[in-house]
Amino acid sequence: MLTLAILVPMIGAAVLAFGPMGSRQAVRLVAILIGLVPLLLLATVWRSFDLSPSAPSFQAVEDYAWIPSLGIGWRVGVDGIALAVAGMSALVFAASIAWPTEHDDRPNQYYAWMLFLEGVSLAVFLVLDLLLFYVFFDLSLVGMFFLIGRWGHGDAKAAALKFFLYTFVGSLAILLAMIALVLASHGPLTFDMRTLIAQHAFGASPGGWAAGLTLLGFVLGFAIKTPLFPVHTWLPPAHVNAPAPASAILAGVMLKMGTYGLIRIPMSMMPETFARYAPILGILALLSILWGAIVALGQNNLKRRIAYTSINHMGYTVLGIAAAGSFLLASHGARQLALTGAVVEMVAHGLITGALFLMTGVFWQRARTYELSAFGGLAGVAPKLTAMFILAAFASLGLPGLAGFVAEFQIFAGSFAVYPWLVALGLIGILITAALFLTMVQRVFFGDVPEDKRSFTDLKATEYGVLGILLAFVVLIGVYPRWLLVPILTAATAIAGSPLG
Amino acid sequence: MMPIGDLGPEIALVLAAIAGLLLSSFVRQDQQWWAMVTSAVGIAAALALCTMQLGDAPKSSFSGTWALDGVAIWGRLLVLASTALILPLMPGWFATDRRHGECYSLLLLSAVGAMLLAGAADLLEVAIAILLSSITGYVLAAYHRDWSTSVEAGMKYFLIGAFANTLLMIGVVLLYGMTGHTGYGPIREALESGVTASLLFVAGVGLTIVGLTFKMGAAPMHMWMPDVAEGAPAPAAAFLLVVPKIGGAVALARLVALVPSDVIDLRPAVAGLAVVTMTLGNLGALWQGDVRRLLGWSSVSQSGYALMAITVIGRSAEALTGLLMFLTGYAAATIAAFAVVTYLRGRTAIDDYSGLGRAAPWSAAVLILALLSLVGIPPLGGFVGKLTLFMATLDGGYGWLAIVAILNTVVSLFYYLRVIGWIYLDERTSEVSTLDRLSGASMLFGGGVVIAVGLLAQGLLAAFASTMLLGAN
Repeated sequence: MLTLAILVPMIGAAVLAFGPMGSRQAVRLVAILIGLVPLLLLATVWRSFDLSPSAPSFQAVEDYAWIPSLGIGWRVGVDGIALAVAGMSALVFAASIAWPTEHDDRPNQYYAWMLFLEGVSLAVFLVLDLLLFYVFFDLSLVGMFFLIGRWGHGDAKAAALKFFLYTFVGSLAILLAMIALVLASHGPLTFDMRTLIAQHAFGASPGGWAAGLTLLGFVLGFAIKTPLFPVHTWLPPAHVNAPAPASAILAGVMLKMGTYGLIRIPMSMMPETFARYAPILGILALLSILWGAIVALGQNNLKRRIAYTSINHMGYTVLGIAAAGSFLLASHGARQLALTGAVVEMVAHGLITGALFLMTGVFWQRARTYELSAFGGLAGVAPKLTAMFILAAFASLGLPGLAGFVAEFQIFAGSFAVYPWLVALGLIGILITAALFLTMVQRVFFGDVPEDKRSFTDLKATEYGVLGILLAFVVLIGVYPRWLLVPILTAATAIAGSPLG
Repeated sequence: MMPIGDLGPEIALVLAAIAGLLLSSFVRQDQQWWAMVTSAVGIAAALALCTMQLGDAPKSSFSGTWALDGVAIWGRLLVLASTALILPLMPGWFATDRRHGECYSLLLLSAVGAMLLAGAADLLEVAIAILLSSITGYVLAAYHRDWSTSVEAGMKYFLIGAFANTLLMIGVVLLYGMTGHTGYGPIREALESGVTASLLFVAGVGLTIVGLTFKMGAAPMHMWMPDVAEGAPAPAAAFLLVVPKIGGAVALARLVALVPSDVIDLRPAVAGLAVVTMTLGNLGALWQGDVRRLLGWSSVSQSGYALMAITVIGRSAEALTGLLMFLTGYAAATIAAFAVVTYLRGRTAIDDYSGLGRAAPWSAAVLILALLSLVGIPPLGGFVGKLTLFMATLDGGYGWLAIVAILNTVVSLFYYLRVIGWIYLDERTSEVSTLDRLSGASMLFGGGVVIAVGLLAQGLLAAFASTMLLGAN
């Protein structure tokens, strides 16, 4: 089932890339249909996911040998965390593929890359083999490089290059750390995540330099991907120059690979070491929260501003992860709460920011600019866009009743027991985020309409429908989060619930 | 009696080379491609004979001058397979040359040189193998006698080669003088029974290593690579960038394993060469605007990665597997890239590659695959090669070397991506002219090999895992 979720979009990509050229509408329709397949498959897995206490933590597992000499195999499977993040990703992908593009350039190639990226991105969350994780982690860079470089605007080529180089540094650091981790584990050579999680590498000497350097490799790699301050500088240009659906995927799905990786690999596989250095990660998270919020406030470019809020929001997630990984400092209840919050934040941020970035495409398509000063009073000419944007903005700033609040409340509540000072300072970030979204909404949608924006067209039916579905989930999670929280909590209990030793 | 069968593959190639030479002396120019057929038969026979040797236990032959261990056999198989992939690129390319038929014989003899290098367990045999592989290589590089760039490539290759070979000979003489032997077996015994690391001995080892770096295309004797890549006939360039490197790497591995680390610890020196080589190669390629020169420089940096495996020989059980796997991935990707260059009639300027993705999608796809494999993007062949290299390096306690290699890989990604950017992201301005169908087909086949080496790596890794260096402990 999970294998199909990975392979169907990739096969679809190959067919579109080398198959017959169709009309733009036909190609798009085919791509949407193929893009929906993983979502349906994951929904099926979700329905049959066993939540009873005796159930195995990884389910829907498939395991085939690939390179047994190195202990590498095609292993897929999900726990509650992977399921939640992968499900959100499949939804964001389906929405991004369905989103009408800003260009008519080579639709076959464009949709082929989107489907390819969907397959490899989902695979990052679904695989249970460390090396396959790296394989798909890297391939997602390749897909995104071509999407930004070919279909972006502005200085797209330079932005794509910077994106690829920067994040490739991170992925190579991860590769070295993975090899070090695998070599440090006793027993036969294996990249099987389940075995590695059970083994707790470096458990005997969590303070040794080998353990420290391995953790550093992972944290550096995932921090670049997430991105955390100070290695976030690739993000704004990549976002600003990417086409809107690629931006939505970049923020909604690909940033999650960093935080998901932190939870799945260093926190689960070398918890003793992780616990030792968790406070440093917490401080980095706080810096990202504050830096992302403050710099976002200073941006006059709509897309840059949203891009920086991603740094801020991912900071919350990492704060939750750092708190959850402080195995020595806090009760398991607090750690579970923090981890659950971090995962919900990943889901919420994916949906909300995905929607926000898709909407920036509306601005570019209609006005060819992102400057806040170019807009004003759009509430009068584009009421649907206004409603959607305000809903997403309020969700992003953490209004109760929407998904962002559920996530941030749990993160702060859980982390407070561990790092009260970080949480206290982090709350400033929430305040600034609220300010920056409110001023943005005010400048774009209220006040006087500039002359040339009087003919600004409102959302079309497809755009409205896609955003409606994404934001419906945001409201649903805000009002009735139980269906999402339960599977996440089961996995969070397994990871953060038990004391070490 | 002499175990002639141990040299069966080499003899098959020599016979095929002679047959080709005779054939091309008698047939018309437009029929000379028949020499390719005889060469192909020779290579097929050699591949079969070499494969049959795989079943034997590692042994030394011809009074200990010829090692038949796993590394030698796999290295020679790799040489043969690479030559076989390059062969079908040649008829279309050389068809207009009056002496078309002779190039196949040169190619085969050069391959024999590389194969001898892989199995040589005697310093004099190393020297002879290098000379055989080099002299034929000079002629191949300068085969376009009327084109100054090709002659310049051949000339530079020859000058650097002559210098390197001289140093190698001096090194061999010094080693002979200090130990009294040229065979690796007796030298090892001499070292174990008290020959110390005198200055002259160290100089001898150093000069011999320098001589071998010429074949590997590693620092300090790497300067010929970009010139050959740019100027030599494109199929010959593919051959010269790949095949001697395989032979040279195996020979260097054997030499490093020969000297016990308590006599001289060569590992830091080899690690230093690795760092210098990969860094120089990448810096040379960084702002290179000429695609073939860029491939040449990148090939230098790839030698640096191969040196990582040689650094940890004896310290990590994975070192030989890593070396062979890396060389396989490198050979597949480089041959595929040069197959594209050949198919595009040797074009090398940026403009000829801009927008290739739209004008010639299949060529573009193969070239992009080859470049991504050279970076080490999974799941292509180059990735498995680099993965096993990194595993061996970390396992052997050279973590810092792996980190340097990673930084270099990032740098290399930059220039490979520039080429990919021209190919895929730029607009096309001119028509694409291509060579014959045979080279087109072998280009596609080469692209398939790049993918297959990655996806089917298990078969190779399992085979390489049982390899060992004869006499190494």
